[in-house]
Amino acid sequence: MSSNSRIGLVLFSMYLLFYVGFVAVNAFSPESMEQSVMSGLNLALVYGFGLIIGAVVMSGVYGLISRDSAEPGDVKEA
Amino acid sequence: MIYESSGLAVVIFFLFVGFTLGLSFWLGRRAKSSEGYFAAHGQIPWFVNGIAFAGDYLSAASFLGICGMIAFFGYDGFLYSIGYLAGWIVALFVVAEPMKRLGKFTFADALDAKFNSRGIKLAAGISTLVVSVFYLIPQMVGAGILVTPLLGFDQWVGVVIVGAVVILIVVTAGMVSTTWVQFLKGALLVVFSALLTSMILDRGLEVSGGGADGHVFASIAVTEADLADDNGIVGTRQNTDVLPAADGWESLKTRIVRLQDRDTEEISVWRVLEEDGGLVLTEAQTKTTTADGKTLVNGLEKGTKKGEPELHPIGHITELPDGQTETGPLTATGFLQTLQKSKVVLWRNETITHTDGSSTTVYYQKPTPGSEVLRPGEHPTFRGIRSEKFSDKVNFLSLMLALFCGTASLPHILIRYYTVKDASSARKSTIVGIASIGFFYVLTLYLGLGAMTSGELDVSNGNMSAPLLARGMNTWLFAAISAIAFTTVLGTVSGLILAAAGAVTHDLLGSVLKVEMDDNQKVRTAKISSVVVGGLAIVLGILFQKMNPSFLVGWAFSVAASANLPSLVMILFWKRVTKEGIVAAITVGMISSLGWILLSEDTFSKVYGLPASSAIVPFSQPGILTIPLGFLTLIIVSLMTSGEAKETAASS
Repeated sequence: MSSNSRIGLVLFSMYLLFYVGFVAVNAFSPESMEQSVMSGLNLALVYGFGLIIGAVVMSGVYGLISRDSAEPGDVKEA
Repeated sequence: MIYESSGLAVVIFFLFVGFTLGLSFWLGRRAKSSEGYFAAHGQIPWFVNGIAFAGDYLSAASFLGICGMIAFFGYDGFLYSIGYLAGWIVALFVVAEPMKRLGKFTFADALDAKFNSRGIKLAAGISTLVVSVFYLIPQMVGAGILVTPLLGFDQWVGVVIVGAVVILIVVTAGMVSTTWVQFLKGALLVVFSALLTSMILDRGLEVSGGGADGHVFASIAVTEADLADDNGIVGTRQNTDVLPAADGWESLKTRIVRLQDRDTEEISVWRVLEEDGGLVLTEAQTKTTTADGKTLVNGLEKGTKKGEPELHPIGHITELPDGQTETGPLTATGFLQTLQKSKVVLWRNETITHTDGSSTTVYYQKPTPGSEVLRPGEHPTFRGIRSEKFSDKVNFLSLMLALFCGTASLPHILIRYYTVKDASSARKSTIVGIASIGFFYVLTLYLGLGAMTSGELDVSNGNMSAPLLARGMNTWLFAAISAIAFTTVLGTVSGLILAAAGAVTHDLLGSVLKVEMDDNQKVRTAKISSVVVGGLAIVLGILFQKMNPSFLVGWAFSVAASANLPSLVMILFWKRVTKEGIVAAITVGMISSLGWILLSEDTFSKVYGLPASSAIVPFSQPGILTIPLGFLTLIIVSLMTSGEAKETAASS
């Protein structure tokens, strides 16, 4: 497995846990979504924004640490 | 609501659409070969491709459907935003780079890279066609919804116009012009949504008694005795009778009463609410369709011009925190904090039929605390999370799973990996796509909530919320947003038609039937398929025009994820996948998810018109069963056939 796929899988697993947590709280404890957690905003808003911003940040991180030419079979047209 | 087309709006609309099309033709004029037609020569710069991802992905359902859902139900629409964006994580981290390395024109190429099997091409080609056509229907329906208020045409005219323009785009230059349309539209959508959001925050929130037409919704404090006796006094109203609930009115689940004035004989409809121990009647609205096709609003024949009878626009706040009457400009968090402590009037409806064949929809007020607006579980689709029934919760989990897995399995998204030059560009353009789509989805919450409190909404049509919000700001913004929404449909539809045409030409004809075609013939075949698929989309768009776009999009996501994702993922991470395994996984995933949908409660009630309780499967969203089923099928069939593959290899 190439280093990019390994980094990708690690980041993917992290995000998956984050997302599963959100879905699980919604499904099994919807009332906790109404709790105010940060500067008067409830958990639904904070977690929801967190998932969107988290996706953007993690994709940025992936862009920074992944490498271009290490992929076998990645034939570049010169 | 009466939609008067304003001259300025129409002119701006056509300028906008004309400019977008003209520019994309000019930019796309060089594409001649099949390489150019299907994959824009792999020459699209990664940044442009990234924004085009946004243009491809942010369909009419995203833009109109999510804003409308938030405007009418609050937070629930945002759950779609979250799920749709999360799906891009699968696309970026798992699928993007290998897809680019393995394939050439279609995702069937990538699946088939190791095997060169006609079976895989056939299965993947058919699944591409099925998913694309399913996804096309809501886009065409959305197009019709948009054109009606802006230009005053019938819905089917809108569908035909979109179909014709898209066929023109696709036939002229294929992927190159499609990419540029998507790029322009993606960029404009994000920029204008940001502009609209800043205007919403700048306007702040304000208490009012009704919508933008100045009508104040009345309320009357009453007692149970007032409603029961016939002394002609109802609260503060003299000379007024309560009409008995009959001829359909008795079947309402919500408590509604009709009052009749003894002098004028005018009938008004009210919702009974319990408030502080007493009863309050709040003004409701009605829309009646008579047996001979006339429309009555609030008891009067619906007008055609401003000032004549129409449903009152809705969307008002009755209470702000600390007794304020208006907040002035707010910050992004301040807006949500304030709304959370306010009280908003939402509207719900029920439809009844009468013995003379007419039917009445009653729209009634539902005063809702802001804290409930900003929590999940208001919309019927998501109400299940508060239910005690386990199957309701499973339905929710299943939908969220389909949204997560669906994005990376959509053929029209996958083909965009072939328009850039290498895996690195594929990755970079996905990152740009995620950033712009994520930013847009954050804005959807503000657009929806801004519309909810704008006083501009059409109580009978949630899908119009975003354009109406813009109209409340000013006319040119309304025209611009409508034009962008229209190009939104164009961009997504072109991408879908291209994906379908690619599947027909490249996978089905070229690889399965082994039709020999030179490059020119390939392009010509693709153009003919585009026209056919486009024509099919027009017909389906007219047939399904009454259905909710976001509902149909849910279908497409479930089918795409069940049919395509197992093969896409396993071929990348498991060495023992066989061609039989892939063919079986696609076929089983596609048929099981489609079958489940056709047998579900949603389809029974919304498509066949049968009672929801007669549905055969226990919940509506198939993903939670059919996606794992696809994986399981692939693994079992691959294990069963891997031995044979080795033997054949050894003996040959």
